Amino acid sequence: MAGLGSARSGPIFVLLVLLFLPVCSSGPDVGPERNGTRGGPVQSEPEEPGHPRINGSANHKKAFPVLEVNYGYVRKPFEISLWILLALLMKLGFHIIPRVSHIVPESCLLIFVGLLVGGAIKAMKEKAPILDSKLFFLYLLPPIILDAGYFLPIRAFTENLGTILVFAVVGTLWNAFFIGGMMFAVCQIDVAMQSNKVDLLSSLLFGAIISAVDPVAVLAVFEEIHINELLYILVFGESLLNDAVTVVLYHLFEEFSHAGTVTVADALLGVVSFFVVSLGGVLVGVVYGVLGAFTSRFTSHSRVIEPLFVFLYSYMAYLSAEVFHLSGIMSLIACGVVMRPYVEANISHKSYTTIKYFLKMWSSVSETLIFIFLGVSTVEGPHNWNWIFVIFTLVLCLVSRVLGVVGLTFIINKFRIVKLTKKDQFIVAYGGLRGAIAFSLGFLLPDNNTKHMFLTAIITVIFFTVFVQGMTIRPLVELLAVKKKKETKRSINEEIHTQFLDHLLTGIEDICGHYGHHHWKDKLNRFNKTYVKKWLIAGERSSEPQLISFYNKLERKQAMMQVESGSAARLPTVVSTASMQNIQQTEPTRRRAIPSISKTREEEIRKILRSNLQKTRQRLRSYSRHDLFDPFEDNLSEVLFRRQRVEMERRMSHFLTVPAKRQETPSVRKVWFDAEHKIYTYDDGESPGGGAAQLKPRPPDATSLLDESVQRTNQSAESEKMKPSRCLSDPGPNTEEEEEAFLS
Amino acid sequence: MGTLQSSLGQPQYVDLAEKTGFSFEQIGVLHKRFKQLSHNDDFLRRHNFNEIPDLACNPIRAQIIEAFFDRRNFANSGEGKVDEISFEEFLVVMSHFRPPSQRMTEEQRENVRREKLRFLFNMHDTDNDGTITLEEYRHVVEELLSRSGALGKETAKSIADAAMLEVASISVGHMEPDEFYEGITFEHFLKLLDGFEIESKMSIRFLNMDATTLCK
Repeated sequence: MAGLGSARSGPIFVLLVLLFLPVCSSGPDVGPERNGTRGGPVQSEPEEPGHPRINGSANHKKAFPVLEVNYGYVRKPFEISLWILLALLMKLGFHIIPRVSHIVPESCLLIFVGLLVGGAIKAMKEKAPILDSKLFFLYLLPPIILDAGYFLPIRAFTENLGTILVFAVVGTLWNAFFIGGMMFAVCQIDVAMQSNKVDLLSSLLFGAIISAVDPVAVLAVFEEIHINELLYILVFGESLLNDAVTVVLYHLFEEFSHAGTVTVADALLGVVSFFVVSLGGVLVGVVYGVLGAFTSRFTSHSRVIEPLFVFLYSYMAYLSAEVFHLSGIMSLIACGVVMRPYVEANISHKSYTTIKYFLKMWSSVSETLIFIFLGVSTVEGPHNWNWIFVIFTLVLCLVSRVLGVVGLTFIINKFRIVKLTKKDQFIVAYGGLRGAIAFSLGFLLPDNNTKHMFLTAIITVIFFTVFVQGMTIRPLVELLAVKKKKETKRSINEEIHTQFLDHLLTGIEDICGHYGHHHWKDKLNRFNKTYVKKWLIAGERSSEPQLISFYNKLERKQAMMQVESGSAARLPTVVSTASMQNIQQTEPTRRRAIPSISKTREEEIRKILRSNLQKTRQRLRSYSRHDLFDPFEDNLSEVLFRRQRVEMERRMSHFLTVPAKRQETPSVRKVWFDAEHKIYTYDDGESPGGGAAQLKPRPPDATSLLDESVQRTNQSAESEKMKPSRCLSDPGPNTEEEEEAFLS
Repeated sequence: MGTLQSSLGQPQYVDLAEKTGFSFEQIGVLHKRFKQLSHNDDFLRRHNFNEIPDLACNPIRAQIIEAFFDRRNFANSGEGKVDEISFEEFLVVMSHFRPPSQRMTEEQRENVRREKLRFLFNMHDTDNDGTITLEEYRHVVEELLSRSGALGKETAKSIADAAMLEVASISVGHMEPDEFYEGITFEHFLKLLDGFEIESKMSIRFLNMDATTLCK
């Protein structure tokens, strides 16, 4: 308990210190004169012995100022950096208090901090920075969406695309109209609302704003509860795709509320506009994605700037879509999804890691900032609290969400192979969180009293969903025993069988004679292989089948693991002593000391090599989105040298000793394959298959929208310590060449 | 069961429906397809399958076709291959791909899993000896990679070897250097694909309506 006390005082102290920082930083916001006066006294403070400070006397020569303060020069970047620093220190602080961070999701804590900061700033009578819509939509939102889109589990997404679309489009429409309509009715009925009369179009606009499930909030909450992939992709996919609906409805109702009347033609135009917005957004994204992929084909000589291409093309896709009022989110997602398989086949391993790191980093910062600003804006913004309006909004949001999900699931289940159970429906309904997008859209409304009322209601709903639903969803998931993320490892057997099943099911569909899901997927893959890959992937990689790339990555990962473990001899645990020798009984009889290296001998050597290499240690892993590990790629060359040395030794031992018994019991590769971005805490001495590893299994991303070789997603074997060394300055061609040498 | 006439009455359908679990409409659609493939004959032969154009570019076509003529996949547990199959046997093979129904007990679900995995196992185990040996597994991987052309046998071998190693380590664990792992038995296979959720993955949507007009 003593430890707890000291641990508690630490973060509180940090909190206090940090609370003062932004207050100080926002000080100079108000007018330049304060800056001047602040600058004045400071200027005279530092001692300059023998330096007469003469102010205002024009005839005297002004002494050279040794120390000056010119805060105005750096004000803007200084403040921005300070805010970001504050946000990140907060994040650090939360993890020092383990119990709190387990119960309360991070987003809640961040909003709370934002409230405190906002309160402090208000107490100082300063003007606080608010969540400006432009700032939000142009700078804070894209990194999060790009991060989510780039690492989207394509297979799960496409398999459930129909369901996701129905939820996103029909569900959001239902929500918008239901809430809007009912709020209008409430406003008409209620007498207390006389001063705040809301007409139908305004309430529909309000419904449109508040109806959309927010991807930022969903990500923030769902990441921590490790729910199974189906539910995750349903809710998250819905939150991404409903952007198109939100954009259209928002602009539609905004236009209409200016115009005043709505005709049938307008409604039809609205429908057309929806298709234009969504498909247009996707098209823009695809174009930029293809451009990005094509560019990456030629970057073999300037590896350092490869990540920038990915970021810039994606950001341009977002901005271009926003120019035409198309759905920027869908454009960003489409760009990331399209670009990824080709880019990953082309770029170096280091660039891949860089991209991953930067995306995670930016999205993490963005998310933190968004929540903090939300808190600050809450305290700051002009409010117009109206009990009836707010309460009804809240209730109607929940009701409409539940009704929408239940009703739609009833229809959808008729078409699904894997039906959604009641538990699934509950989680989907409960996971409909609102977030900062709703707030920013509300903020864009023209300034009047109604706007303030709307904003108050929106903020209340956001707070409710993030705090109440966010905090209770974890115990509810436990209570209902909802399936969690599976802990299986991605193994080469699963990969083989995934591919096998794909072909098998396609074949059966052909025999049955109907063109189903698998048939089209197969056709797309073939198209991709014959035409698209040739254009977008450099060199030989373009004809590499997926299984091979998967296997390459596996090998690479094994090498990394070995590097990480230090040396082959040092491994304490051996997962299993089965080895190639056990499998191929015919081989040992041929292993006599023959001086010449025959083909079979080389093969044996290779096999021994491989089996020797694959000593791995099993690790216990837990998951978090925001942590990243880098394989020891800088030590890859070391591994490969060691490998070659081992090979040489093997060769020698074979020549010199008559019965080719191995010196040490080789352990077998525990051929498992981690999915992406996981954190691992290490634990020695794991038995095969017995580890309670909380691994997030990526389902085999065997097919993406446009590609088979999406296997780059499954980079793995990442360990905590990244040793940046400059031993390979240009890793690209070097690495590939080494890979090839290994395999040949 | 050679009672297939050009128009099956309800009684035969009932029998088949009970046996395979398809609905009457689905059986009707599949029967139509069967007749289309067999050119209105009562039996389907290998060359009928070869005539399906879409199947030609499938890397594991041969194995799929063989699966239809494999007695182990029919309801009675026989062994060996046949040269022609009737509609009932066609339907039985197809029934392996039926999606699991929503209301199923855990045990039924487990049975469905076993059945589907058994089908897969039979596809791999071509010599009917009850184990998938290294050679057979290599063959599987080779077939999968057969469309890729240049990369050839070497890589296929290494992949198959790696996979086999993994099975050995999962199923058997500790093995002395002298021990020999003969091959993947069905139990090991089950264990291997334990987390795979095969009951939902290995299913296709059988239509209740006739949509065969587009395909040959």
